[in-house]
Amino acid sequence: MLLNQFLLLSAFLFCTGIYGVLTRKHTVLVLMSIELMLAAVNINLVAFGALHNSPTDPGRVIGQVFALFVLTIAAAEVGVGLAIVLLIYRNSHSADLDDAHALKG
Amino acid sequence: MVAENVFFGIIAAAMAISALGVVSTKNVVHAALYLVIVLAGGAAQFLLLGQEFVAWVQVLVYIGAVIVLFLFGIMLTRAPMHPGETLGNDLRWPAAAAALFLAAILGSLFVKTWHGQKLHLESPVRTSEITNAVFRVYIIPFEIVGVLLLGALIGAVVLARRD
Repeated sequence: MLLNQFLLLSAFLFCTGIYGVLTRKHTVLVLMSIELMLAAVNINLVAFGALHNSPTDPGRVIGQVFALFVLTIAAAEVGVGLAIVLLIYRNSHSADLDDAHALKG
Repeated sequence: MVAENVFFGIIAAAMAISALGVVSTKNVVHAALYLVIVLAGGAAQFLLLGQEFVAWVQVLVYIGAVIVLFLFGIMLTRAPMHPGETLGNDLRWPAAAAALFLAAILGSLFVKTWHGQKLHLESPVRTSEITNAVFRVYIIPFEIVGVLLLGALIGAVVLARRD
């Protein structure tokens, strides 16, 4: 297998996530697009880890370890993000980002 | 070698179609279910790369926990679930242009830099190697990420509770 096929797949997923973040109006869908981008980055990290796969290379686990940390932080981000979404919904009775303009001057 | 590439192609096509579904479907619950397919496909790609521990962690954390949280969020905010209600803003074409621009830059960079670079997957990484790395070399980041998770837990409770 070539390294490039994984990198191009992750680039496609990342750009799809960017499109979702820019076009979606509902807050939960924006969070989902951010998760899409984080998953794409994970594929990138693991593919580069698999590039250094010889049994004597001490760096052959680094890709996976980085991906595990990214996964952990993504889980924390979703927890706090959904709490904020609930707070926005409770205050403005809508989860649309267009309705969250209380900070606008 | 050929079988691996065939599997990669099938999974990658499913992931790409589902990713487009996540960002374009009219139903919020369908978006979460498309996201499940993308994340499961990612776990399958990790298995193809011989990195099985992170594949199963992805299944447990993402599909098991994060998607359930998303479904909770959808149910608690009474998201629109009927076709006809709009979920997007009027930025569709500028956003598509930005995404295509970035895709062109990333794609040309990858093709130019890693052209023909092959992966030699003769020895899959064992889980014991990862745990050795996490608990010896990366022990301080591991502790910090534990404190971060605790902070996120407390923060989410404080934000979401009614007082």
